[in-house]
Formats: sequence, C-alpha cells, structure tokens
Amino acid sequence: MATLTAVRPAFGGFSFDNCKRNAVLEVEASKVGCSVPAARKTGTTICGVVFKDGVVLGADTRATEGMIVADKNCSKIHYISPNIYCCGAGTAADTEMTTQLISSNLELHSLSTGRLPRVATANRMLKQMLFRYQGYIGAALVLGGVDCNGPHLYSIYPHGSTDKLPYVTMGSGSLAAMAVFEDRYKPDMEEDAAKQLVRDAIAAGIFNDLGSGSNIDLCVITKSKVNYIRPHDEANKKGVRVTELEALKL
Amino acid sequence: MKLRLFKQERCCPRMGPGCLSAGLPVVCLFVVMCQTTIMAVEYDGGVVIGADSRTTTGAYIANRVTDKLTRIHNKIYCCRSGSAADTQAIAEIVAYQLGFHSIELDEPPLVETAANLFRASCYRYREELTAGILVAGWDKRKGGQVYSVPIGGMLVRQPVSVGGSGSTYIYGFMDANYKPGMNKEQCMELTAAALSLAMERDGSSGGVVRLASISEEGVERRVILGNQLPKFSTH
Repeated sequence: MATLTAVRPAFGGFSFDNCKRNAVLEVEASKVGCSVPAARKTGTTICGVVFKDGVVLGADTRATEGMIVADKNCSKIHYISPNIYCCGAGTAADTEMTTQLISSNLELHSLSTGRLPRVATANRMLKQMLFRYQGYIGAALVLGGVDCNGPHLYSIYPHGSTDKLPYVTMGSGSLAAMAVFEDRYKPDMEEDAAKQLVRDAIAAGIFNDLGSGSNIDLCVITKSKVNYIRPHDEANKKGVRVTELEALKL
Repeated sequence: MKLRLFKQERCCPRMGPGCLSAGLPVVCLFVVMCQTTIMAVEYDGGVVIGADSRTTTGAYIANRVTDKLTRIHNKIYCCRSGSAADTQAIAEIVAYQLGFHSIELDEPPLVETAANLFRASCYRYREELTAGILVAGWDKRKGGQVYSVPIGGMLVRQPVSVGGSGSTYIYGFMDANYKPGMNKEQCMELTAAALSLAMERDGSSGGVVRLASISEEGVERRVILGNQLPKFSTH
C-alpha cells in the first residue's frame, strides 16, 4: 500500500544520524578484528511485593557491560518521592534518567497540588513518557509506594504498558524470582515475612541468572516510614586474601 | 481485503522486560502483547463483554490475571487485544477525550461516540499501532451496542463480535450458538463457554475469564476462575 508522507525537518526527539555511522564503524572494526563497546546494561533481578502495611522492593546490585561486571555494587532502587520508590532494569542510563526526570516532575506536581504524590500519578507519567519513545528507552521498572489510598505496586515495560499487581518481578532474573513468589506469596503478609520472601526471590535471581549478582538491596515502604536497607544481604562476599605463610597454616 | 498478518513481524527493535541476554551475544527482544480472546454480545437492554486474562512477552506470561475489560466511561467499556502498550495508551486517551466531551455536553456520552474516537486514533496511526478493540456499552438512544474496531481502523457495529488471536477458534461456535433475542444470563453463558473453548486451544489465551454486563442499571462484573470454567473435552 502506498502511504503518502510529507517530508518534514526533524525537530526534537531522537536523531538517528549516528546509526549509519555506527553501522559503518561496526563493519570496519570487525575487519580489523576488534568489536564495538556494548551499552552498559543492568542484567538484573528486581521485584516487589505488597504486604499488610505497605510494599517491599528488592534488587540485586550487579551492572554488566557485555560479559564484564562493570559495577559490583550499583544501586537499582531509585527515589521518586518520599513515599514512592522505583526499581529499574534494562539500560542503566535509561532507568537512571527516566526515574530522575519523573521524580523531578512529580515534586513540582506535588508542590502545585499541595499533596503527597500518588503512585498512580507516577505510573501515568512514566508510562506516557515511555510510550512516547516507542520502546527506544530501555527502561523496565517496578514502581512501588504508599499513598492516601494504600500500598500500590506497578510493573512498567519499555513500550509503555503497565500492570498493577500484588507481586511483580522484572529483569533477566525475573523468571527465577517469579518462581519463588508463585510458590510462597500470601496476601496480607507481615513485614518480616515479606522481607524474607523478597530476599529469597532476589537470591534466586542472583544464583540462577548470570546477569544478576552481588548483594541484595531492600526498600520497605510503609505509611509512616521508608526503610532503605542497602545492603540487606551480602550474598556474595569477596574472599579475604591471605599470605603464603598463613595459607600453609590453614 | 488486505492480509495484515505480516504486521506482527515488523522488525523494529523491541525490548522485553529486562533483556533476557544480559551479556550473551544473541539478544531476544519481545513486545508485551495481549494476544487474547475477547468477545462482546448485545442483548435487549444491554451488552455482555468477556475476555481472558493472559499477557505475554514472547513465551513468558507477564501477567496471568490481566483485566482487559477497560472502563472508558460509566457505561462504556472496551475489550483490548494486540499490543498492551498501544491499547492501554489509546484507551486512556479515549477515556480522557470522552470524559471531556461528556462534561461539555452535560450528558452521558454515546457508545457510538466512543467507538468513533477509537476509530479516529486507530485509523490515523494505523501504520504504527497494533490494536484490535471491541467497544461496548449502553446509552439511552440505542440501548446496548457493540462496535468492532479491528487492526487497521475499521468501524462496524455488530450484534456479536469476537477478537484477538483466540477468536479464530470460536467463529464456528459463535455462528452456531448465537441467536438474536437471548437474555442476559444466556449471553453470559455463551460468552463464558466461547472463551473457555478458545482458551483451551489458543496458547496466547488463558488464565481466568472476566465477564461484565452493562445495562441501564449499571455494570456488573464477574470472574470465573480456571477450575470453574465450563468443561467441554472428555479426554
């Protein structure tokens, strides 16, 4: 079918001029024998669960650049507002910048309304932005918080679709974490049980997924307070180097 | 009539929820889809709508309890199939437009208006969107109505309509079992049975059956859990 399109000069949005250049560089590089550097992605296991008094968000702390671990202890639970936090999987820069942008806009919105921001508002802002960029912003998010209507948990996909659920997982380790949730989730859990469940789900991701690793961060959000526990569990402690003499004694 | 099946395999870069690769040279990219089975039936006095509850990213079920019956206005709902992001975005935009229009008119909006708003968006951006929508509701002028807005942006009113990937398995069942003049309970049973059959055969449909009936009295929602679905196979 012939589509009539008017050619307009591009304004705003993304400029894809460098894509041709990158394609040429890739061919040239492979001819010489080296490869182009890969974008730093958070391989990741992130998850969230709604319990009796609020939500618990959890994340691992490994950031990968291709096959190398770029950061052994990066922080994947981002601040959105005093009562709302967001875990991010996908491209590290995209999750960082997206959450910061929405956090800033939400603070202005909150000052304008004179009220504590609602999780649904943050969800709307995030999904509308991600849909506008048609999936080119690689941010897969788990958004959780407590507002005047109670605790809420959303999962937000890079193309802009969202799901509101009592428990969600995202990232390359999401299948391992979801397996733990599907087995042991119960509605209206106590805080300690919820923390243990999230810890175990992230641990499943860390030990069974190559893209996730290092420590487990937790964020417990209730009506009265936020408990950002970093690290909650040092699942992978680096060994202590001993001298040859000490090693002989061991 | 143009075959639009190729649209599903557009090679635009799609990111799944946290790329499954994380370092592996081969990257699997998937869009979140509500491949779905959706259905809407008119009866004298209202409509019955139904949907399954499965949202997939490739072979993984991202949400097994999705609510695909989205409220557009008090007595106007839509059933969504296709890309989850596209249909959620369109539904929210239409809900806003219709709410604004209704406040301007100071009257409940017409189902035909809602359907036309959907059609306007789906047709204008037909190259970019993957959205198959059934608009159904009740208004004072024409009672219960079902409008189908499939991929491509057509608009047609039908007494009974099915959509989504699972719909292909139940066209025959629908043609054989739908009779004009059924009452609400019969429509509910028909919809539940049709959706169960489709969910049994279509891999992209499953979970629970969500039903809703819309009439002058209001909206009544029901959920039929997996073990309570009508059973048809004996083997």
